[in-house]
Amino acid sequence: MSSQDQAISSTHEHGVHDHADADVSEPARPGYYEVMETAVRELLIERRFFEAGEIRHQIEVLDSRTPALGAKVVARAWVDPEFRARFLANGRTACEELGITFYDDTQLIVLENTEKVHNLIVCTLCSCYPRPVLGLPPDWYKLKPYRARAVYEPRAVLAEFGTIIPDDVEIRVSDSTAQVRFLVLPRRPEGSEHLTEEQLAALVTRDTMIGVVPAMLKPDGDAS
Amino acid sequence: MYKAEWRIIGPVPAFGETPLFMPGDRVRILVRWPVGHYRVPIYLRGKLGIVETIIEPPAVDNEQEGYGRNAGEKRHYYRVAVQLTEIWPAYAGSSRDSLHIEVFETWLERIET
Repeated sequence: MSSQDQAISSTHEHGVHDHADADVSEPARPGYYEVMETAVRELLIERRFFEAGEIRHQIEVLDSRTPALGAKVVARAWVDPEFRARFLANGRTACEELGITFYDDTQLIVLENTEKVHNLIVCTLCSCYPRPVLGLPPDWYKLKPYRARAVYEPRAVLAEFGTIIPDDVEIRVSDSTAQVRFLVLPRRPEGSEHLTEEQLAALVTRDTMIGVVPAMLKPDGDAS
Repeated sequence: MYKAEWRIIGPVPAFGETPLFMPGDRVRILVRWPVGHYRVPIYLRGKLGIVETIIEPPAVDNEQEGYGRNAGEKRHYYRVAVQLTEIWPAYAGSSRDSLHIEVFETWLERIET
């Protein structure tokens, strides 16, 4: 867990999962929602809406999605202007070009950070997130402090991530609530001109694509 | 044999398929208090904004779909821009900072200028 994660989730006791034994120990009884999930799942399987193997497979699909996929797409957009134009026009079909399938009905809107505009993504109602390209959202993204404050005091939230946005840069917060998922196209770092596409992808972290930090060169100034 | 004037030229859109709002339209997000599943956060109800883009393709109404009640009717979502100073009168950041959200057509009303 990064220091940012802790800063955001420190008020929530379930924000910390560092102890291996905490992850494997079973509480004495399943909770209400676990019982409901098991009951609904068993009923749906019994009625042949789907099979147990399909659930297992979908979990495998979800587990296969990580921020490395989004990083690959962003790096391509940085080096290929024509791809970048397609990516900004339709995020979903551009990702599909690179073999990243969308297993749900969501569209993907790509928000480009520029010298004058900084984008930030939140889902105030729940935890909508571009899972096909980024995998599961971080804990802080799902917790109420981030969800409430990102739309109320985005500059203060960004500052807690170490991101200071000058007053002459406009902040655009996108609240993701329905059919559409968002991905931030971070600015390509200055001084990265000599890097290969693969080296560039290594600069693109999960948090840069949520919009809480800019993409930066590695501390030694070289991604290799 | 059909007469020429009965011929249908091109596909005829179903009800709701043609967007009611266009980019640049000024809109108010409606104030309603549905119980149960809804997709318009309370902090935006009653706020004024501008339609930024029409989100294609048209989609079912999630708030009806959540209860299995939509019968296949589709309408558009719109990406609406609202200034943060409109939402929070005491907002401390730049007056150009804004909030962007997709809102289903049934939650918007046009503001005449």
